[in-house]
Amino acid sequence: MKKFSNMIRLETLKMFKNRGFGHLGGSFSIIEVLSVLYLKIMEINPENPTWSDRDYLVLSKGHAGPALYATLALKGYFNKELLLTLNDNGTSLPSHCDRLKTPGIDMTTGSLGQGISSAVGIAKALKIEGKSNFVFTIVGDGELNEGQCFEAIQFASHHQLDNLVVFVDENKIQLDGFTKDISNQRDLVKKFKAFGFHSVRVNGHDEESILKSIKIALNTKGKPSLIILDTIKGKGIEEFENIVSNHHMRFSEDDLVIINRKIAELEEVTR
Amino acid sequence: MNVKILEKPLNNSYELREVYADTLISIAKNNSKIVALEADLMGAIKMKKYLDIYPNNFINCGIMEANMVGIASGLALRGFIPFMHTFGVFATRRCFDQLFLSIGYADLNLKIIGSDAGVSAAHNGGTHMPFEDLGLMRLIPNATVIEITDWVMFQDLLKQVVNIHGIHYLRIVRKTMLQIYDEGSRFTIGEGIVLREGNDATVIATGIMIKEALEAHKMLLKEDIHISIIDLFTIKPIDQELVIKYAKKTGLIITAENHNIIGGLGSAVSKCLSESYPTKVIRIGVNERFGQVGTQDFLQKEYGLTAKDIVKAVKENL
Repeated sequence: MKKFSNMIRLETLKMFKNRGFGHLGGSFSIIEVLSVLYLKIMEINPENPTWSDRDYLVLSKGHAGPALYATLALKGYFNKELLLTLNDNGTSLPSHCDRLKTPGIDMTTGSLGQGISSAVGIAKALKIEGKSNFVFTIVGDGELNEGQCFEAIQFASHHQLDNLVVFVDENKIQLDGFTKDISNQRDLVKKFKAFGFHSVRVNGHDEESILKSIKIALNTKGKPSLIILDTIKGKGIEEFENIVSNHHMRFSEDDLVIINRKIAELEEVTR
Repeated sequence: MNVKILEKPLNNSYELREVYADTLISIAKNNSKIVALEADLMGAIKMKKYLDIYPNNFINCGIMEANMVGIASGLALRGFIPFMHTFGVFATRRCFDQLFLSIGYADLNLKIIGSDAGVSAAHNGGTHMPFEDLGLMRLIPNATVIEITDWVMFQDLLKQVVNIHGIHYLRIVRKTMLQIYDEGSRFTIGEGIVLREGNDATVIATGIMIKEALEAHKMLLKEDIHISIIDLFTIKPIDQELVIKYAKKTGLIITAENHNIIGGLGSAVSKCLSESYPTKVIRIGVNERFGQVGTQDFLQKEYGLTAKDIVKAVKENL
Protein backbone atom coordinates (compact mmCIF):
# COMPACT_ATOMS: atom_id res chain seq x y z
CA MET A 1 0.00 0.00 0.00
CA LYS A 2 2.85 2.35 0.85
CA LYS A 3 4.33 1.77 -2.59
CA PHE A 4 0.99 2.45 -4.26
CA SER A 5 0.68 5.68 -2.26
CA ASN A 6 4.12 6.70 -3.48
CA MET A 7 3.13 5.90 -7.06
CA ILE A 8 0.00 8.07 -6.77
CA ARG A 9 2.02 10.88 -5.20
CA LEU A 10 4.61 10.65 -7.98
CA GLU A 11 2.06 10.78 -10.80
CA THR A 12 0.13 13.60 -9.11
CA LEU A 13 3.30 15.61 -8.67
CA LYS A 14 4.27 15.11 -12.29
CA MET A 15 0.86 16.44 -13.34
CA PHE A 16 1.27 19.57 -11.24
CA LYS A 17 4.83 20.11 -12.42
CA ASN A 18 3.75 19.84 -16.03
CA ARG A 19 0.90 22.28 -15.50
CA GLY A 20 2.95 24.69 -13.37
CA PHE A 21 0.19 25.20 -10.82
CA GLY A 22 -2.61 23.40 -9.06
CA HIS A 23 -4.37 22.30 -5.88
CA LEU A 24 -1.36 20.52 -4.48
CA GLY A 25 -2.02 20.69 -0.74
CA GLY A 26 -5.45 19.07 -0.66
CA SER A 27 -4.50 16.50 -3.30
CA PHE A 28 -1.50 15.29 -1.32
CA SER A 29 -3.41 15.01 1.96
CA ILE A 30 -5.82 12.37 0.57
CA ILE A 31 -3.35 10.14 -1.25
CA GLU A 32 -3.15 7.43 1.41
CA VAL A 33 -6.91 7.02 1.66
CA LEU A 34 -7.15 6.76 -2.13
CA SER A 35 -4.39 4.18 -2.08
CA VAL A 36 -6.18 2.02 0.50
CA LEU A 37 -9.59 2.36 -1.13
CA TYR A 38 -8.48 1.51 -4.66
CA LEU A 39 -5.96 -1.17 -3.71
CA LYS A 40 -7.68 -2.99 -0.88
CA ILE A 41 -11.32 -2.03 -0.48
CA MET A 42 -13.33 -0.98 -3.48
CA GLU A 43 -14.99 -3.45 -5.81
CA ILE A 44 -14.43 -1.85 -9.19
CA ASN A 45 -13.92 -2.75 -12.82
CA PRO A 46 -11.63 -0.28 -14.62
CA GLU A 47 -12.57 -1.86 -17.95
CA ASN A 48 -16.22 -1.13 -17.22
CA PRO A 49 -16.18 2.04 -15.12
CA THR A 50 -19.97 2.22 -14.84
CA TRP A 51 -20.35 -1.41 -13.75
CA SER A 52 -23.58 -1.48 -11.74
CA ASP A 53 -22.21 -3.59 -8.89
CA ARG A 54 -19.20 -1.36 -8.24
CA ASP A 55 -18.49 0.55 -5.08
CA TYR A 56 -18.70 4.31 -5.50
CA LEU A 57 -16.35 7.10 -4.58
CA VAL A 58 -17.59 10.68 -4.65
CA LEU A 59 -14.73 13.11 -4.17
CA SER A 60 -16.78 15.88 -2.62
CA LYS A 61 -13.67 18.05 -2.31
CA GLY A 62 -13.58 18.06 -6.10
CA HIS A 63 -10.50 20.28 -6.30
CA ALA A 64 -8.39 17.27 -5.27
CA GLY A 65 -9.26 15.67 -8.61
CA PRO A 66 -5.61 15.35 -9.71
CA ALA A 67 -4.84 12.83 -6.93
CA LEU A 68 -7.86 10.78 -7.97
CA TYR A 69 -6.95 10.98 -11.66
CA ALA A 70 -3.48 9.62 -10.88
CA THR A 71 -5.07 6.78 -8.90
CA LEU A 72 -7.52 5.96 -11.68
CA ALA A 73 -4.76 5.95 -14.29
CA LEU A 74 -2.64 3.63 -12.16
CA LYS A 75 -5.66 1.32 -11.81
CA GLY A 76 -6.01 1.23 -15.60
CA TYR A 77 -9.12 3.35 -16.15
CA PHE A 78 -7.22 5.31 -18.79
CA ASN A 79 -3.73 5.76 -20.17
CA LYS A 80 -1.21 7.32 -17.81
CA GLU A 81 -0.08 9.67 -20.58
CA LEU A 82 -3.46 11.40 -20.32
CA LEU A 83 -2.45 12.66 -16.88
CA LEU A 84 -0.21 15.29 -18.39
CA THR A 85 -3.24 16.88 -20.07
CA LEU A 86 -4.55 18.13 -16.70
CA ASN A 87 -6.34 21.43 -17.32
CA ASP A 88 -5.29 21.58 -20.98
CA ASN A 89 -7.81 23.22 -23.29
CA GLY A 90 -10.42 20.58 -24.09
CA THR A 91 -8.96 18.04 -21.66
CA SER A 92 -10.84 15.13 -20.12
CA LEU A 93 -9.06 15.86 -16.83
CA PRO A 94 -10.39 19.20 -15.55
CA SER A 95 -9.24 20.75 -12.26
CA HIS A 96 -12.45 19.60 -10.58
CA CYS A 97 -14.04 16.17 -11.04
CA ASP A 98 -16.46 15.74 -13.93
CA ARG A 99 -18.36 12.48 -14.35
CA LEU A 100 -19.01 13.18 -18.02
CA LYS A 101 -15.35 13.66 -18.92
CA THR A 102 -13.27 11.18 -16.96
CA PRO A 103 -13.71 7.39 -16.82
CA GLY A 104 -13.99 6.30 -13.18
CA ILE A 105 -15.28 9.61 -11.84
CA ASP A 106 -18.60 8.72 -10.25
CA MET A 107 -19.91 12.23 -9.69
CA THR A 108 -19.26 15.78 -10.80
CA THR A 109 -18.05 17.88 -7.88
CA GLY A 110 -16.38 21.19 -7.22
CA SER A 111 -19.04 23.35 -5.62
CA LEU A 112 -18.30 22.35 -2.04
CA GLY A 113 -20.93 20.60 0.03
CA GLN A 114 -22.71 19.07 -2.94
CA GLY A 115 -20.76 15.85 -3.45
CA ILE A 116 -21.59 14.51 0.00
CA SER A 117 -25.31 14.91 -0.75
CA SER A 118 -24.90 13.04 -4.01
CA ALA A 119 -23.01 10.26 -2.21
CA VAL A 120 -25.78 10.01 0.37
CA GLY A 121 -28.30 9.87 -2.49
CA ILE A 122 -26.43 6.99 -4.12
CA ALA A 123 -26.34 5.16 -0.79
CA LYS A 124 -30.09 5.69 -0.35
CA ALA A 125 -30.71 4.52 -3.93
CA LEU A 126 -28.73 1.32 -3.26
CA LYS A 127 -30.82 0.69 -0.14
CA ILE A 128 -34.03 1.10 -2.15
CA GLU A 129 -32.64 -1.38 -4.68
CA GLY A 130 -31.57 -3.80 -1.95
CA LYS A 131 -28.00 -3.80 -3.26
CA SER A 132 -24.85 -4.31 -1.21
CA ASN A 133 -22.46 -1.89 -2.95
CA PHE A 134 -20.67 0.58 -0.69
CA VAL A 135 -20.42 4.34 -1.16
CA PHE A 136 -17.38 6.32 -0.05
CA THR A 137 -17.07 10.06 -0.04
CA ILE A 138 -14.17 12.34 0.85
CA VAL A 139 -15.05 15.74 2.28
CA GLY A 140 -12.61 18.49 3.19
CA ASP A 141 -12.53 19.90 6.70
CA GLY A 142 -12.87 23.37 5.21
CA GLU A 143 -15.75 22.04 3.12
CA LEU A 144 -17.62 21.36 6.35
CA ASN A 145 -18.18 25.14 6.51
CA GLU A 146 -20.95 24.44 3.99
CA GLY A 147 -24.28 23.85 5.72
CA GLN A 148 -25.35 21.38 3.05
CA CYS A 149 -22.85 18.88 4.51
CA PHE A 150 -24.88 18.78 7.69
CA GLU A 151 -28.14 18.37 5.81
CA ALA A 152 -26.59 15.35 4.12
CA ILE A 153 -25.25 14.01 7.41
CA GLN A 154 -28.67 14.30 9.10
CA PHE A 155 -30.25 12.51 6.16
CA ALA A 156 -27.67 9.70 6.14
CA SER A 157 -28.11 9.13 9.84
CA HIS A 158 -31.91 9.27 9.74
CA HIS A 159 -31.98 6.74 6.90
CA GLN A 160 -29.44 4.49 8.66
CA LEU A 161 -27.20 4.36 5.60
CA ASP A 162 -24.66 1.82 6.84
CA ASN A 163 -23.47 1.40 3.25
CA LEU A 164 -21.92 4.88 3.44
CA VAL A 165 -18.49 5.85 4.72
CA VAL A 166 -17.70 9.56 4.95
CA PHE A 167 -14.04 10.55 5.18
CA VAL A 168 -13.19 14.01 6.41
CA ASP A 169 -9.75 15.07 5.28
CA GLU A 170 -8.78 17.04 8.34
CA ASN A 171 -5.73 18.79 6.96
CA LYS A 172 -6.57 21.85 9.06
CA ILE A 173 -6.06 24.44 6.35
CA GLN A 174 -8.45 26.01 3.87
CA LEU A 175 -7.83 28.57 1.15
CA ASP A 176 -7.69 31.64 3.37
CA GLY A 177 -6.01 30.15 6.42
CA PHE A 178 -6.30 27.64 9.24
CA THR A 179 -9.78 26.14 9.58
CA LYS A 180 -9.75 26.74 13.33
CA ASP A 181 -9.29 30.48 12.70
CA ILE A 182 -11.93 30.77 9.98
CA SER A 183 -14.75 28.63 11.36
CA ASN A 184 -13.68 26.41 14.22
CA GLN A 185 -15.00 22.87 13.62
CA ARG A 186 -14.24 21.84 17.21
CA ASP A 187 -14.34 18.11 17.93
CA LEU A 188 -15.57 16.45 14.74
CA VAL A 189 -15.64 12.96 16.26
CA LYS A 190 -18.03 14.11 18.97
CA LYS A 191 -20.02 16.18 16.52
CA PHE A 192 -20.59 13.26 14.14
CA LYS A 193 -21.34 10.91 17.04
CA ALA A 194 -24.05 13.32 18.12
CA PHE A 195 -25.45 13.11 14.56
CA GLY A 196 -25.67 9.32 14.98
CA PHE A 197 -22.57 8.23 13.09
CA HIS A 198 -19.99 5.59 13.96
CA SER A 199 -17.16 8.07 14.26
CA VAL A 200 -13.38 7.67 14.58
CA ARG A 201 -10.19 9.60 13.95
CA VAL A 202 -7.13 7.94 12.39
CA ASN A 203 -3.74 8.96 11.12
CA GLY A 204 -4.63 9.82 7.53
CA HIS A 205 -1.17 9.01 6.25
CA ASP A 206 -0.95 5.54 7.78
CA GLU A 207 -2.40 3.05 5.33
CA GLU A 208 -2.71 0.23 7.88
CA SER A 209 -4.74 2.40 10.28
CA ILE A 210 -6.97 3.60 7.46
CA LEU A 211 -7.54 0.05 6.23
CA LYS A 212 -8.43 -1.18 9.71
CA SER A 213 -10.84 1.68 10.29
CA ILE A 214 -12.60 1.11 6.96
CA LYS A 215 -13.05 -2.60 7.68
CA ILE A 216 -14.66 -1.75 11.02
CA ALA A 217 -16.85 0.86 9.30
CA LEU A 218 -18.04 -1.62 6.70
CA ASN A 219 -19.06 -4.01 9.45
CA THR A 220 -20.92 -1.36 11.42
CA LYS A 221 -24.63 -1.94 10.92
CA GLY A 222 -27.58 0.42 11.26
CA LYS A 223 -25.65 3.67 10.96
CA PRO A 224 -23.29 5.45 8.58
CA SER A 225 -19.62 5.82 9.41
CA LEU A 226 -17.29 8.75 9.63
CA ILE A 227 -13.54 8.38 9.46
CA ILE A 228 -11.65 11.55 10.19
CA LEU A 229 -8.31 11.46 8.48
CA ASP A 230 -5.82 13.40 10.54
CA THR A 231 -3.68 14.67 7.69
CA ILE A 232 -1.04 17.15 6.67
CA LYS A 233 -1.89 19.47 3.81
CA GLY A 234 0.80 19.02 1.16
CA LYS A 235 1.98 15.77 2.78
CA GLY A 236 5.09 14.31 1.21
CA ILE A 237 7.03 17.44 0.33
CA GLU A 238 8.43 18.77 3.55
CA GLU A 239 8.99 22.29 2.24
CA PHE A 240 5.34 22.59 1.17
CA GLU A 241 3.72 20.85 4.14
CA ASN A 242 1.33 22.79 6.34
CA ILE A 243 1.93 26.17 4.75
CA VAL A 244 -1.27 28.11 4.26
CA SER A 245 -0.41 28.96 0.66
CA ASN A 246 -0.29 25.32 -0.47
CA HIS A 247 -4.04 25.10 -1.22
CA HIS A 248 -3.38 26.27 -4.77
CA MET A 249 0.27 26.74 -5.72
CA ARG A 250 1.90 28.36 -8.70
CA PHE A 251 5.43 27.02 -8.72
CA SER A 252 8.49 29.27 -8.58
CA GLU A 253 11.93 28.27 -9.87
CA ASP A 254 12.86 27.32 -6.30
CA ASP A 255 9.69 25.23 -5.96
CA LEU A 256 10.57 23.38 -9.17
CA VAL A 257 13.97 22.44 -7.78
CA ILE A 258 12.19 20.92 -4.77
CA ILE A 259 9.64 19.20 -7.00
CA ASN A 260 12.33 17.72 -9.26
CA ARG A 261 14.19 16.40 -6.27
CA LYS A 262 10.99 14.85 -4.90
CA ILE A 263 10.13 13.29 -8.24
CA ALA A 264 13.58 11.66 -8.33
CA GLU A 265 13.11 10.34 -4.80
CA LEU A 266 9.65 8.95 -5.56
CA GLU A 267 10.88 7.36 -8.78
CA GLU A 268 13.58 5.66 -6.77
CA VAL A 269 11.20 4.21 -4.15
CA THR A 270 8.56 3.14 -6.66
CA ARG A 271 10.98 1.45 -9.05
CA MET B 1 -49.69 16.97 -30.61
CA ASN B 2 -53.37 16.09 -30.42
CA VAL B 3 -54.93 18.84 -28.39
CA LYS B 4 -58.65 19.44 -28.11
CA ILE B 5 -59.53 22.93 -26.97
CA LEU B 6 -62.79 23.12 -25.03
CA GLU B 7 -65.29 25.40 -26.68
CA LYS B 8 -66.13 26.78 -23.29
CA PRO B 9 -63.47 26.60 -20.57
CA LEU B 10 -64.58 24.74 -17.45
CA ASN B 11 -64.33 25.63 -13.81
CA ASN B 12 -63.07 22.19 -12.81
CA SER B 13 -62.67 21.19 -9.17
CA TYR B 14 -59.76 18.78 -9.82
CA GLU B 15 -56.85 20.41 -8.00
CA LEU B 16 -53.42 20.13 -9.59
CA ARG B 17 -51.99 18.70 -6.38
CA GLU B 18 -54.48 15.85 -6.66
CA VAL B 19 -53.45 15.40 -10.27
CA TYR B 20 -49.81 15.14 -9.19
CA ALA B 21 -50.40 12.42 -6.62
CA ASP B 22 -52.89 10.48 -8.76
CA THR B 23 -50.70 10.61 -11.87
CA LEU B 24 -47.52 9.59 -10.08
CA ILE B 25 -49.41 6.67 -8.53
CA SER B 26 -50.55 5.56 -11.96
CA ILE B 27 -47.06 5.97 -13.46
CA ALA B 28 -45.43 4.11 -10.58
CA LYS B 29 -47.69 1.10 -11.14
CA ASN B 30 -45.61 0.18 -14.16
CA ASN B 31 -42.35 1.89 -13.29
CA SER B 32 -40.40 0.91 -10.18
CA LYS B 33 -37.82 3.61 -10.89
CA ILE B 34 -40.04 6.53 -9.85
CA VAL B 35 -39.02 8.17 -6.57
CA ALA B 36 -40.96 11.15 -5.23
CA LEU B 37 -39.05 13.61 -3.07
CA GLU B 38 -40.53 16.15 -0.69
CA ALA B 39 -39.06 18.74 1.64
CA ASP B 40 -41.73 18.72 4.33
CA LEU B 41 -44.53 19.86 2.02
CA MET B 42 -46.13 16.47 1.47
CA GLY B 43 -49.31 17.74 3.11
CA ALA B 44 -49.48 20.80 0.90
CA ILE B 45 -49.27 18.69 -2.26
CA LYS B 46 -51.39 15.83 -0.87
CA MET B 47 -48.81 13.15 -1.57
CA LYS B 48 -49.75 10.98 1.39
CA LYS B 49 -51.82 8.72 -0.83
CA TYR B 50 -48.72 8.07 -2.95
CA LEU B 51 -46.66 7.41 0.18
CA ASP B 52 -49.25 4.93 1.43
CA ILE B 53 -48.93 2.87 -1.75
CA TYR B 54 -45.21 3.32 -2.52
CA PRO B 55 -43.41 3.92 0.79
CA ASN B 56 -40.09 2.67 -0.58
CA ASN B 57 -40.23 5.04 -3.52
CA PHE B 58 -40.99 8.13 -1.50
CA ILE B 59 -38.54 10.23 0.50
CA ASN B 60 -39.54 13.12 2.70
CA CYS B 61 -36.13 14.72 3.04
CA GLY B 62 -37.19 17.23 5.65
CA ILE B 63 -36.67 20.94 5.23
CA MET B 64 -33.44 20.69 3.25
CA GLU B 65 -33.93 21.62 -0.39
CA ALA B 66 -30.22 21.76 -1.26
CA ASN B 67 -29.69 18.27 0.07
CA MET B 68 -32.89 17.08 -1.60
CA VAL B 69 -31.37 17.99 -4.96
CA GLY B 70 -28.19 16.13 -4.01
CA ILE B 71 -30.18 13.07 -2.97
CA ALA B 72 -32.00 13.29 -6.30
CA SER B 73 -28.66 13.36 -8.12
CA GLY B 74 -27.58 10.18 -6.33
CA LEU B 75 -30.87 8.48 -7.17
CA ALA B 76 -30.51 9.55 -10.79
CA LEU B 77 -26.97 8.14 -10.90
CA ARG B 78 -28.50 4.75 -10.05
CA GLY B 79 -31.09 5.09 -12.80
CA PHE B 80 -34.04 6.23 -10.70
CA ILE B 81 -36.34 8.96 -12.03
CA PRO B 82 -36.65 11.48 -9.22
CA PHE B 83 -39.65 13.80 -9.00
CA MET B 84 -39.08 16.61 -6.58
CA HIS B 85 -41.75 18.98 -5.34
CA THR B 86 -41.67 22.07 -3.21
CA PHE B 87 -42.92 25.64 -3.53
CA GLY B 88 -41.43 27.31 -6.62
CA VAL B 89 -39.33 29.72 -4.57
CA PHE B 90 -37.63 26.87 -2.74
CA ALA B 91 -37.49 24.56 -5.75
CA THR B 92 -35.37 27.06 -7.68
CA ARG B 93 -33.97 30.01 -5.72
CA ARG B 94 -33.15 28.07 -2.60
CA CYS B 95 -31.13 25.37 -4.35
CA PHE B 96 -30.10 26.94 -7.63
CA ASP B 97 -26.41 26.02 -7.53
CA GLN B 98 -27.31 22.43 -6.66
CA LEU B 99 -29.69 22.26 -9.63
CA PHE B 100 -27.18 23.92 -11.88
CA LEU B 101 -24.18 21.73 -11.01
CA SER B 102 -25.30 18.48 -9.39
CA ILE B 103 -28.09 18.00 -11.95
CA GLY B 104 -27.60 20.25 -14.99
CA TYR B 105 -23.83 20.28 -15.36
CA ALA B 106 -23.66 16.61 -14.37
CA ASP B 107 -26.33 15.81 -17.00
CA LEU B 108 -28.63 13.98 -14.60
CA ASN B 109 -32.34 13.36 -14.65
CA LEU B 110 -34.71 15.34 -12.44
CA LYS B 111 -38.34 16.36 -12.68
CA ILE B 112 -39.09 19.43 -10.60
CA ILE B 113 -42.58 20.49 -9.65
CA GLY B 114 -42.54 24.11 -8.48
CA SER B 115 -45.91 24.90 -6.97
CA ASP B 116 -47.70 28.08 -5.97
CA ALA B 117 -46.81 29.90 -9.17
CA GLY B 118 -46.48 33.67 -8.72
CA VAL B 119 -49.50 35.37 -7.18
CA SER B 120 -51.18 32.03 -6.53
CA ALA B 121 -48.99 31.91 -3.39
CA ALA B 122 -51.52 34.49 -2.14
CA HIS B 123 -51.54 34.59 1.66
CA ASN B 124 -48.12 33.02 2.03
CA GLY B 125 -46.90 36.37 0.73
CA GLY B 126 -43.68 37.75 -0.67
CA THR B 127 -41.39 35.16 0.88
CA HIS B 128 -43.25 32.36 -0.88
CA MET B 129 -44.17 34.08 -4.14
CA PRO B 130 -42.01 33.05 -7.10
CA PHE B 131 -41.66 35.76 -9.75
CA GLU B 132 -38.20 34.63 -10.86
CA ASP B 133 -38.27 30.82 -10.94
CA LEU B 134 -38.76 30.56 -14.70
CA GLY B 135 -35.93 33.01 -15.31
CA LEU B 136 -33.57 31.03 -13.10
CA MET B 137 -34.46 27.73 -14.70
CA ARG B 138 -34.05 29.15 -18.21
CA LEU B 139 -30.42 29.83 -17.32
CA ILE B 140 -29.61 26.14 -16.90
CA PRO B 141 -28.37 25.18 -20.36
CA ASN B 142 -30.07 21.78 -20.65
CA ALA B 143 -33.29 22.49 -18.74
CA THR B 144 -36.80 22.34 -20.17
CA VAL B 145 -39.00 25.01 -18.63
CA ILE B 146 -42.77 24.65 -18.63
CA GLU B 147 -45.67 26.55 -17.09
CA ILE B 148 -48.72 24.32 -16.80
CA THR B 149 -52.05 25.65 -18.10
CA ASP B 150 -54.57 23.22 -16.62
CA TRP B 151 -54.94 19.78 -15.06
CA VAL B 152 -55.27 18.01 -18.41
CA MET B 153 -51.91 19.35 -19.54
CA PHE B 154 -50.29 18.58 -16.17
CA GLN B 155 -51.44 14.99 -16.25
CA ASP B 156 -50.24 14.47 -19.82
CA LEU B 157 -46.87 16.14 -19.34
CA LEU B 158 -46.13 14.25 -16.11
CA LYS B 159 -46.58 11.05 -18.08
CA GLN B 160 -44.39 12.35 -20.90
CA VAL B 161 -41.44 13.65 -18.88
CA VAL B 162 -40.96 10.28 -17.19
CA ASN B 163 -39.58 9.05 -20.48
CA ILE B 164 -37.37 12.02 -21.33
CA HIS B 165 -33.90 12.38 -19.83
CA GLY B 166 -32.92 15.69 -18.27
CA ILE B 167 -34.20 18.51 -16.10
CA HIS B 168 -37.84 19.42 -16.49
CA TYR B 169 -39.24 22.28 -14.48
CA LEU B 170 -43.03 22.17 -14.30
CA ARG B 171 -44.47 25.30 -12.73
CA ILE B 172 -47.96 24.79 -11.35
CA VAL B 173 -50.74 26.41 -9.41
CA ARG B 174 -51.29 24.00 -6.52
CA LYS B 175 -55.08 24.19 -6.45
CA THR B 176 -57.57 24.56 -9.30
CA MET B 177 -57.03 26.14 -12.69
CA LEU B 178 -59.53 26.94 -15.40
CA GLN B 179 -59.76 23.88 -17.67
CA ILE B 180 -58.87 24.90 -21.23
CA TYR B 181 -58.26 21.50 -22.81
CA ASP B 182 -60.41 18.45 -23.17
CA GLU B 183 -59.47 15.29 -21.33
CA GLY B 184 -57.13 13.05 -23.25
CA SER B 185 -55.38 15.91 -25.06
CA ARG B 186 -51.78 15.13 -26.00
CA PHE B 187 -49.34 18.01 -25.88
CA THR B 188 -45.98 18.39 -27.58
CA ILE B 189 -43.25 19.94 -25.47
CA GLY B 190 -41.81 22.89 -27.37
CA GLU B 191 -44.93 23.56 -29.44
CA GLY B 192 -47.28 26.39 -28.53
CA ILE B 193 -51.05 26.15 -29.00
CA VAL B 194 -53.17 28.70 -30.82
CA LEU B 195 -56.31 29.19 -28.75
CA ARG B 196 -57.90 32.04 -30.70
CA GLU B 197 -57.31 33.49 -34.14
CA GLY B 198 -57.36 37.22 -34.89
CA ASN B 199 -55.35 39.60 -37.06
CA ASP B 200 -54.96 42.72 -34.91
CA ALA B 201 -52.54 41.55 -32.24
CA THR B 202 -51.29 38.35 -30.62
CA VAL B 203 -51.37 37.70 -26.91
CA ILE B 204 -48.87 35.06 -25.87
CA ALA B 205 -49.69 33.86 -22.38
CA THR B 206 -48.97 31.11 -19.85
CA GLY B 207 -50.51 29.71 -16.68
CA ILE B 208 -53.23 31.79 -15.02
CA MET B 209 -52.79 34.50 -17.66
CA ILE B 210 -54.47 32.25 -20.25
CA LYS B 211 -57.78 32.83 -18.47
CA GLU B 212 -57.16 36.59 -18.51
CA ALA B 213 -56.24 36.51 -22.18
CA LEU B 214 -59.47 34.68 -23.05
CA GLU B 215 -61.47 37.27 -21.17
CA ALA B 216 -59.56 40.07 -22.89
CA HIS B 217 -60.37 38.41 -26.21
CA LYS B 218 -64.10 38.63 -25.44
CA MET B 219 -63.86 42.22 -24.26
CA LEU B 220 -61.95 43.29 -27.37
CA LEU B 221 -64.39 41.54 -29.71
CA LYS B 222 -67.05 43.94 -28.52
CA GLU B 223 -64.89 46.73 -29.87
CA ASP B 224 -64.28 44.83 -33.11
CA ILE B 225 -60.66 44.13 -32.17
CA HIS B 226 -59.59 40.64 -33.04
CA ILE B 227 -56.63 39.08 -31.23
CA SER B 228 -54.88 35.78 -31.52
CA ILE B 229 -54.05 33.94 -28.33
CA ILE B 230 -51.17 31.51 -28.01
CA ASP B 231 -50.61 29.25 -25.02
CA LEU B 232 -46.81 29.09 -25.00
CA PHE B 233 -46.61 26.63 -22.11
CA THR B 234 -43.06 25.59 -23.03
CA ILE B 235 -40.97 28.64 -22.28
CA LYS B 236 -37.77 26.79 -23.09
CA PRO B 237 -37.21 25.57 -25.74
CA ILE B 238 -39.41 28.27 -27.22
CA ASP B 239 -41.59 27.61 -30.26
CA GLN B 240 -39.75 30.12 -32.43
CA GLU B 241 -41.58 29.21 -35.60
CA LEU B 242 -45.01 29.87 -34.12
CA VAL B 243 -43.95 33.12 -32.42
CA ILE B 244 -42.49 34.48 -35.66
CA LYS B 245 -45.51 33.33 -37.65
CA TYR B 246 -47.87 35.32 -35.42
CA ALA B 247 -45.53 38.32 -35.29
CA LYS B 248 -45.73 38.38 -39.09
CA LYS B 249 -49.47 37.85 -39.04
CA THR B 250 -50.43 40.49 -36.48
CA GLY B 251 -47.42 42.83 -36.19
CA LEU B 252 -47.92 43.26 -32.44
CA ILE B 253 -47.13 40.84 -29.62
CA ILE B 254 -48.33 41.14 -26.04
CA THR B 255 -46.85 38.66 -23.56
CA ALA B 256 -48.72 37.96 -20.34
CA GLU B 257 -47.12 36.12 -17.44
CA ASN B 258 -47.53 35.65 -13.71
CA HIS B 259 -43.78 36.30 -13.27
CA ASN B 260 -41.23 39.07 -13.41
CA ILE B 261 -41.11 40.48 -16.94
CA ILE B 262 -37.36 39.88 -16.71
CA GLY B 263 -36.32 36.30 -17.29
CA GLY B 264 -39.58 34.59 -18.15
CA LEU B 265 -42.00 34.43 -21.07
CA GLY B 266 -41.66 38.10 -22.07
CA SER B 267 -37.90 37.87 -22.15
CA ALA B 268 -37.93 34.62 -24.09
CA VAL B 269 -40.35 35.95 -26.71
CA SER B 270 -38.48 39.27 -27.00
CA LYS B 271 -35.18 37.49 -27.54
CA CYS B 272 -36.68 35.27 -30.18
CA LEU B 273 -38.22 38.18 -32.11
CA SER B 274 -35.44 40.73 -31.72
CA GLU B 275 -33.00 38.31 -33.30
CA SER B 276 -35.22 36.85 -35.98
CA TYR B 277 -38.13 39.17 -36.80
CA PRO B 278 -38.06 42.48 -34.92
CA THR B 279 -41.59 43.21 -33.79
CA LYS B 280 -43.05 45.38 -31.06
CA VAL B 281 -43.44 43.30 -27.88
CA ILE B 282 -45.34 44.62 -24.86
CA ARG B 283 -44.64 42.60 -21.73
CA ILE B 284 -47.38 42.22 -19.15
CA GLY B 285 -46.09 40.80 -15.90
CA VAL B 286 -44.61 41.75 -12.57
CA ASN B 287 -42.41 44.74 -13.14
CA GLU B 288 -39.38 44.48 -10.83
CA ARG B 289 -41.33 44.08 -7.62
CA PHE B 290 -41.38 41.63 -4.74
CA GLY B 291 -44.47 39.68 -3.74
CA GLN B 292 -46.81 40.43 -0.85
CA VAL B 293 -49.77 38.87 0.97
CA GLY B 294 -53.26 39.12 -0.42
CA THR B 295 -55.97 37.25 -2.26
CA GLN B 296 -55.09 36.20 -5.77
CA ASP B 297 -57.66 38.66 -7.19
CA PHE B 298 -56.14 41.53 -5.22
CA LEU B 299 -52.62 40.59 -6.26
CA GLN B 300 -53.52 40.27 -9.93
CA LYS B 301 -54.90 43.79 -9.83
CA GLU B 302 -51.95 45.04 -7.79
CA TYR B 303 -49.39 43.72 -10.28
CA GLY B 304 -51.38 44.43 -13.43
CA LEU B 305 -52.15 40.82 -14.30
CA THR B 306 -55.80 41.09 -15.37
CA ALA B 307 -57.81 40.91 -18.57
CA LYS B 308 -58.25 44.69 -18.34
CA ASP B 309 -54.48 45.15 -18.36
CA ILE B 310 -54.24 43.04 -21.50
CA VAL B 311 -57.06 44.98 -23.17
CA LYS B 312 -55.36 48.26 -22.30
CA ALA B 313 -52.01 47.08 -23.67
CA VAL B 314 -53.59 45.92 -26.92
CA LYS B 315 -55.54 49.13 -27.47
CA GLU B 316 -52.66 51.41 -26.63
CA ASN B 317 -50.38 49.69 -29.09
CA LEU B 318 -52.59 48.92 -32.06
